[in-house]
Amino acid sequence: MTWTTIRLYTPINDSDLETLKAGDRILLNGEMYTARDQAHKRIIESMEREMPLPFDLQGATIFYAGPSPAPPGKIIGSVGPTTSIRMDKYALELMEKAGIKAMIGKGGRSPEFREACKKYKCVYFSATGGIAALLSQKVKSSELVAYEDLGPEAILKFRIEDFPVIVINDIHGNDYYEIGSASFKKNKFDRFVI
Amino acid sequence: MRNIDVNEITSAIEKLFEKANFELPSDVVNALIEAEKKENSMTGKEILEQILLNSQTALKDHLPLCQDCGTATVFMEIGQDVAFSGGDLKSAINEGVRKAYNSNYLRKSIVNDPLTRINTQDNTPAVIHFDIVPGDKVRIIAMPKGGGCENMSFLKMMLPSDGIDSIKRFILESVRTSGANPCPPTILGIGIGGNLEQTALMAKKALLRKIGAPNPDPDLDALEKEILAEINNLGIGPQGLGGNTTCLAVHILKAPCHIASMPVCINTGCHSHRHKEITI
Repeated sequence: MTWTTIRLYTPINDSDLETLKAGDRILLNGEMYTARDQAHKRIIESMEREMPLPFDLQGATIFYAGPSPAPPGKIIGSVGPTTSIRMDKYALELMEKAGIKAMIGKGGRSPEFREACKKYKCVYFSATGGIAALLSQKVKSSELVAYEDLGPEAILKFRIEDFPVIVINDIHGNDYYEIGSASFKKNKFDRFVI
Repeated sequence: MRNIDVNEITSAIEKLFEKANFELPSDVVNALIEAEKKENSMTGKEILEQILLNSQTALKDHLPLCQDCGTATVFMEIGQDVAFSGGDLKSAINEGVRKAYNSNYLRKSIVNDPLTRINTQDNTPAVIHFDIVPGDKVRIIAMPKGGGCENMSFLKMMLPSDGIDSIKRFILESVRTSGANPCPPTILGIGIGGNLEQTALMAKKALLRKIGAPNPDPDLDALEKEILAEINNLGIGPQGLGGNTTCLAVHILKAPCHIASMPVCINTGCHSHRHKEITI
C-alpha cells in the first residue's frame, strides 16, 4: 500500500500551514534542527537573559531527537523522535516568543499545546519511533550547531530529503491521536476503563 | 568452587550489549510479523512493516535499532559455587558496557546526577541486579532499556480489598494515558505482590519471558490473555495512530506479600524490545 503523501519544504510557509490537516502524511524536505530537553532549557534561559540564540528560530522546524553517533563513513547514526510532551513547557514559549513553526516528535501533547498551535499557527508532526536505522537514511547532512557538551542532546542542523511524518496537531485544533484511534476502540468491558 | 576471571564477564557484557542493540530477538520479530497480518488499520500495518524493515536495516548497515540505546540494565544470576577473581565484578560489568557503547557508536544516554545532569559520555553506570542461585554457572542478561517506554511505567500500592478488577482497571488506564509515548506496540511486564521494590523488579523481569511462551501459572496465563485483549481493544494501535495492535504481550509475575499490601507495578517495553543472554 502506498500512502497519499504531500511533499513539503521547510521553512513551512503560512499557506502550507493553512492547508495541513491532522492525519496528512508528509514527506518533509529542507532543514531542521534537533533539540531535546537540555537544549530547550538553554534556549529558554538565553531568551530570558536576552542573550544570542544558537540559531534563527523564526519559522524553524524543530526535531525532538538525539541521534546515535555517526560511525566512520556515515553522515549520522540512527535517529528517531523522542517523547514530545517533555518539551511542552518550552514549546509554548518558543511558539509565542521565538516564532518556531513546526515540531517533530512522538506522542500526545497537552491541551495548552494544542491551543497554542491554533493561536500561533504552528504544526506538530509525529515521526515513527524505533525505526531509527531507516530514518537515518533520510538525513543527507548533519552539522553541529550548539551545545556540544550535551552529547546526544546537542543541537544539530539536518538537511533532510523526504523525511516521513504525520500531522498530529494542525492549526485548526485537531488531534490525530484522538481521531485515528477512535474508530478502533471496541472495549467490551467499559467497567475496566475510566 | 569454580573460578571465573572478571575479564571474562567484561567481554561477555560487551558482546551482549552489542548484539542486543543491533539484532531484535526472534520472538519479537515473530510477534511483529503475526501482528502485521492481523492489524486492521492500514496505517498500523504500514508502521509494523517499517519496524520489521528497520530490524533488517539495523543488522545489515550495523546501525542501532533505535537511537536510544538505553540504560544498560544487567541481570546476573550467580551460582553460589562461583568465585570471581581478577578485579571488582561491578567495575568489570561497567567496563563491558563502556566498550560496547564506545566501539559500536551506540548513544550514551546516562547523566551522572538526576538534578545537575552531566552526561557520563560512556553510558555507565549500568543498572545491575544480582541474584544468588544454586550451582556453578553465571547467567547474564543484558537489556538496553529505552527511556521513552521506561517513563511510561507505573507503580501503585493497592489495597487487598481492591481486588482483581481494580488491577485490570489500573493497567488499562495506564496504557490508555501512555498513548503513543512508549512506542506501541509494547510489551507489558507486570509485578503483583511482594513489596515496593520487589514488585518493580518483577515487572522488569517479566519483560524477559519469551513472547508466546505461556505463563506457567494457568490463572495468570488467563489473566494475561484477558488484559492483552482489552488493551488491544483500546484502539491506540501502532505508534498511537489507531489500530488493534497496541500491545504484543502481557507478562505477569507475582509474589507473596504483606497482609496489608497489594503492590502492582507496570514496566512498559517498546516494540524495540532488546535483550540478549548468555550462561557461562
